[in-house]
Amino acid sequence: MNPAGFFEQVRRAWAIAKKDIRIYYFKGPVLIFGVFMPVFLFLAFFMGSRQLPLSFLISGLVGMTLFFTATAVSPAIFPWEGSAKTLERLASCPITIEAIVLGDMIASILFGIGITVVTVIIGLLLGLSLLHGITLLAAIFLAACCFSAIGMLLAVPPTNVPSNIMMLSSLIKFPLVFISGIFIPLEQMPAWGLALSVCSPLTYFTDLVRYAFTDAHYFPVMIDIAALAVFTVVFTVGTMYLHKRTMPRRM
Amino acid sequence: MTAVIHASNLTKVFGNSTAVDHISFDVRQGEIFGFLGPNGAGKTTTTRMLTGVIPLDAGTATILGHDIHSEPVLAKQGFGVVPETSNAYTDLTAWQNLMLMGELYGLERTRAEHRSSELLGMVGLLERKDQKVQEYSKGMKQRLILAMALIHEPELLFLDEPTSGLDVQSTQMILSLLRDLNRQGTTIFLTTHNMEEANRLCHRVGIIRGGKMVAIDAPEKLKTAIDRVHKIEVSFDREVSGDALAGLTGVTGANRTGDKWQITTQNKDATIRSLVTFGQQNGAAIVTLNTLAPSLDEAFLRLTQEDKP
Ligand SMILES: Nc1ncnc2c1ncn2[C@@H]1O[C@H](COP(=O)(O)OP(=O)(O)OP(=O)(O)O)[C@@H](O)[C@H]1O
Ligand SMILES: [Mg+2]
Repeated sequence: MNPAGFFEQVRRAWAIAKKDIRIYYFKGPVLIFGVFMPVFLFLAFFMGSRQLPLSFLISGLVGMTLFFTATAVSPAIFPWEGSAKTLERLASCPITIEAIVLGDMIASILFGIGITVVTVIIGLLLGLSLLHGITLLAAIFLAACCFSAIGMLLAVPPTNVPSNIMMLSSLIKFPLVFISGIFIPLEQMPAWGLALSVCSPLTYFTDLVRYAFTDAHYFPVMIDIAALAVFTVVFTVGTMYLHKRTMPRRM
Repeated sequence: MTAVIHASNLTKVFGNSTAVDHISFDVRQGEIFGFLGPNGAGKTTTTRMLTGVIPLDAGTATILGHDIHSEPVLAKQGFGVVPETSNAYTDLTAWQNLMLMGELYGLERTRAEHRSSELLGMVGLLERKDQKVQEYSKGMKQRLILAMALIHEPELLFLDEPTSGLDVQSTQMILSLLRDLNRQGTTIFLTTHNMEEANRLCHRVGIIRGGKMVAIDAPEKLKTAIDRVHKIEVSFDREVSGDALAGLTGVTGANRTGDKWQITTQNKDATIRSLVTFGQQNGAAIVTLNTLAPSLDEAFLRLTQEDKP
């Protein structure tokens, strides 16, 4: 066994993920920001706009659910562990920072996928027809990776106060929801809104979900998938690099 | 003897204050090395640099043959750490904490389980293994953290004030565990404020003050090194003359304190011999004979207070 080898580090990342699942899934802020907020945001919108078809709204709900759940766990883990001094324990263990970040991302991805799949099943029970199941699954997986990397990026500022990071991430997450074709279809967006939309990975995911449920889409499917993949790689590499740099300042 | 820890010019700067200032030392295989110093001297900072928690600002540290900066994972694989602030996961049980450590050190599941039961038994926590660490007392937490540091049977163990704030029983348990581990070959780097502990446990101690190493030696040598003048306490079964005592070879002074004489000397060995001869010649039997060595406390105070700015 080479402790520093790639596969050994991935195995250790999985240990980190299991620990995160045990500890952080049930923390209050994770449930509030990850589950209740998107549900109520959606309900408020659902009551207010009767003119949009249910299938459009459900696609938006699925998009929003994955976005909020997959970014709910990851930002808070580092600040929590920093203040509990357990980060110091991890720092003295034979695991790289990249593997710790990967472990936290895995926990976040599984949380996002789990709750989103429940949402999809509820949609199906409500009579929604799923036209492209494989595409939907691939999109959910890819987007969960991308969003959890965004969550980790939000945790880069080396503060050990979890609520600061929660606040900062809400500040960034809510505007993203409004420019990503969830409440306003991309077709109805003004040009400047569309220009913003293409910068948001959530746009491509929502477009894929709409395609999966209604066959309608704004961008070509392959472009959506490629865009998500590029965002995922860039954000993952970026967050690993940045955490490596800021880690010493948390100690 | 091979160096298990080789620190050279270790330096850490926080803002404009230098917490650790170019210190160099070796810790040899199989020894218990005590790391002493007053509050804020830089002990924890040094330990954190050696264990790869914070980066070095200058110098190098080689742990078990691996540079802590360039091969951190390989270096960390070989040692265990008991940090200054207690840090098991309080939302997990003792058992889950140990299993997590086992996975982080890459142990097979069966080996991790076996080691965990063994260690929990050793630190007396086996019956409470499924309780969350939140509900543990300070002493229990500390014993668990020691067990966590030992899960992979490390060759080298770092401990930063492992017994501070613990009661006599927990302290004794931890110290006797450390002694046993050392007997089985584990090298131990121990930071402590307790001179008695360092004196009894450590083969060598290093004393740090204001980020600089001021002395490294065996406790007994440190004690004698600080005092050129030794004191010997002697009493006889009958009256003897002070002047006669003061005139003996090696003796620089003789003072009466109660029924004893306190002799000052620069040569303990010669003085004791002449005292024995003196007793024989004068028909006076020696009732008590003590050499009064300075304590490690005194040595420590002397070394850490000398020409303080
Ligand atoms: N993270 C940090 N940021 C700024 N200064 C620090 C930091 N950590 C330690 N210091 C400073 O470095 C110096 C050495 O601290 P250190 O904790 O190493 O002392 P110590 O010898 O362990 O003391 P103690 O016996 O109280 O544990 C102190 O002056 C402290 O204020
Ligand atoms: Mg300290």
